[in-house]
Amino acid sequence: MYKAKIFVNYKQSVLDPKAEVIKHTLHRLGQANVRDVKVGKYFEVLLDGAEEAVNAQVETICDQMLANVNMESYRFTLEEVTA
Amino acid sequence: MKAAVLTFPGSNCDEDLLWAVKEIARQEATLVPATTTTLAGYDLVLVPGGFSYGDYLRSGAIAKFAPVMTALKTFAANGGYVLGICNGFQILTEAGLLPGALQWNTSLTFVCEPEPLIVANATTAFSNQYTAGQKLSLPIAHGEGNYYADDETLAAIEANDQVVFRYAANPNGSLNDIAGLTNAAGNVMGMMPHPERAVEALLGSTDGLGVFDSLITATKGAAHVAD
Repeated sequence: MYKAKIFVNYKQSVLDPKAEVIKHTLHRLGQANVRDVKVGKYFEVLLDGAEEAVNAQVETICDQMLANVNMESYRFTLEEVTA
Repeated sequence: MKAAVLTFPGSNCDEDLLWAVKEIARQEATLVPATTTTLAGYDLVLVPGGFSYGDYLRSGAIAKFAPVMTALKTFAANGGYVLGICNGFQILTEAGLLPGALQWNTSLTFVCEPEPLIVANATTAFSNQYTAGQKLSLPIAHGEGNYYADDETLAAIEANDQVVFRYAANPNGSLNDIAGLTNAAGNVMGMMPHPERAVEALLGSTDGLGVFDSLITATKGAAHVAD
């Protein structure tokens, strides 16, 4: 069984208003050296199967559903786990 | 004109749309559940506003997998007219029937107000009863109406004259002030403002009637879309 750890973020060209608010608030709290904040989503998906097949399947899952590739990009890692 | 108004769990503008088409525009219209697998026989499919499937993950991200969406893709590919309003617009972009995506308003607030708009293109099936440059006021009510498309997509949209409505005073950060646009073929439109909430003087504005009257004109004499 594999655990996919999936990170979904806005593309660089998309202005994320929530991240901007967090950045401004950090500045207000005196964290002056904070240059940038990115907010994303994190998913963990457990899948049965062989590594190569599972890898392709997670790609499909991300493209179809977990990310909107018009405005988001994703990356993931696979880790073998025992039930 | 024979219209289908789709209803997903969490749709909340379906009855308003049905009212606008049946009682005001005096056309045939029926509510069609998201489990339906064919849309043959209709001229127009309306995808209403609301919070389909709770808008979990992203607005429209779950709705795009509803059984009716396969039928909707066939319907659109066969040239049928499709209009998505608010959450309906979000669903159509998620489903790939319209370019781009809708993101959180830059203000991060849910904006609910009458919104001044400018008709950008009065030659479409959805806007032929307006004139180019005409000023309208239609209600908006959304938190995620900030239209985004990458530079290349945006350039193609503009070059192909796909923008139908623009905001006169951009309320949400939408690129190029886009409030509503069609697909490249011109038979699918999405818009964040609610024309169905502006069809009676009692509601404060009748500026939305033009959308329905345009569709009646566009579908006049046309055969119902086949499966």
